[in-house]
Amino acid sequence: MLPHLDAAYNLARWLSGNEQDAQDVTQESMLRAFKFFRSFRGENARAWLLTVVRNTFYTWLRQNRPPEVLELGDEAMEIEDVSCHADTLTQRLADVEAVRHAIESLPVEFREIIILREMEGFGYKEIAALTELPIGTVMSRLSRARKHLQKRLGDEFNPGGRP
Amino acid sequence: MNCDQSLLELYADGELDAARVLELEQHLRECPACAATLARLQSLQKTLRKEEHYFPAPAALRSRVLESLRDEVGDPTPRKAWNWSRPGFFTASGLAAACLAALLTVVFTQPSSRQMLEREVVASHIRSLMASHALDVVSTDQHTVKPWFDGKLDFSPPVRDLTPQGFPLLGGRLDYLKGHPVAAIVCQRRKHVINLFIWPDSGADVSPTLLSALEGYNVVHWSRGGMVFWAVSDVAEGELLSFAKTWESPETEAR
Repeated sequence: MLPHLDAAYNLARWLSGNEQDAQDVTQESMLRAFKFFRSFRGENARAWLLTVVRNTFYTWLRQNRPPEVLELGDEAMEIEDVSCHADTLTQRLADVEAVRHAIESLPVEFREIIILREMEGFGYKEIAALTELPIGTVMSRLSRARKHLQKRLGDEFNPGGRP
Repeated sequence: MNCDQSLLELYADGELDAARVLELEQHLRECPACAATLARLQSLQKTLRKEEHYFPAPAALRSRVLESLRDEVGDPTPRKAWNWSRPGFFTASGLAAACLAALLTVVFTQPSSRQMLEREVVASHIRSLMASHALDVVSTDQHTVKPWFDGKLDFSPPVRDLTPQGFPLLGGRLDYLKGHPVAAIVCQRRKHVINLFIWPDSGADVSPTLLSALEGYNVVHWSRGGMVFWAVSDVAEGELLSFAKTWESPETEAR
């Protein structure tokens, strides 16, 4: 039942960063999706629902969070040097909390691409359509997000020790 | 081929075209640095895809969503504003919630294939009327119609005569949908013909659901006990829905 509710909640949860906001965003999204379902003409209902979740989230964000959060552009993401020298790659990857924090440390417009690509398995074209971004932007954000995660999860993870 | 991180990402994402895949795989055999980079990339992917990083919807949210959608269906007036702090209580009657869940399952699972099937079903209905080929077996007796299908189909469709409820049985016909032979039961509502298409399907039970009208024909879909049902007719949507519910009602079944 409600086959894509988990996908909707997962995206909302990763975008909003906490359970309560994620629940509110998901509920509002399901309601909107239900109301506007007649306008749906696409192939993929999950992608369509996640588009609704994403739009609902950004509307919510504008109403509930300070605007500077939205000001982060592609160039704004600094790759912080927070690498762990002692831990091995394997240990860091096995550490659920470390991975979770690493994903959370991504600015939201990078985080959403990672969620859509890795957790939902969408291709570049689908992500571009869903986010209304040029495909080149999707690819560059994905690449930068991955470098950030690798850096964050340890130098061993970084190809040749350099980004 | 030169070392190119972006090609490795395309490769790891399955976005590289076949010709360049072969080229890159050749390069990977010769370049340990790139092979190591790819391994790290794939290791990161594998980690991010782990189930423990996926947040499934909490049960309370599921209930809240069902409840609010049920309100929405019951109350067509638009809500004034979002209320983010709306408390969630799961007070829905189980049946309404189940109907809604079933509806959403139909709606959200595979709309495109469902729409295609709906077109096919409506086209079959129209064909049956145009070609004066509505009936292969003419009988108002369900005990004649049901055995007629034996040996013609590899399943036994339920056949009911709803004459007392105002939907007299006219007969049955073999039809062909989704590449399989299906049973078409033909009933009447005053001067209107109702085609009921039946075939086996392993999906979950779905309560009768009115789909959007096509070419002026109303369509109701449901499934029950491993059979799917599609009723098509030009009768009013309420009447078609009532036909479906009557067909499904336990009293009718007991006959």
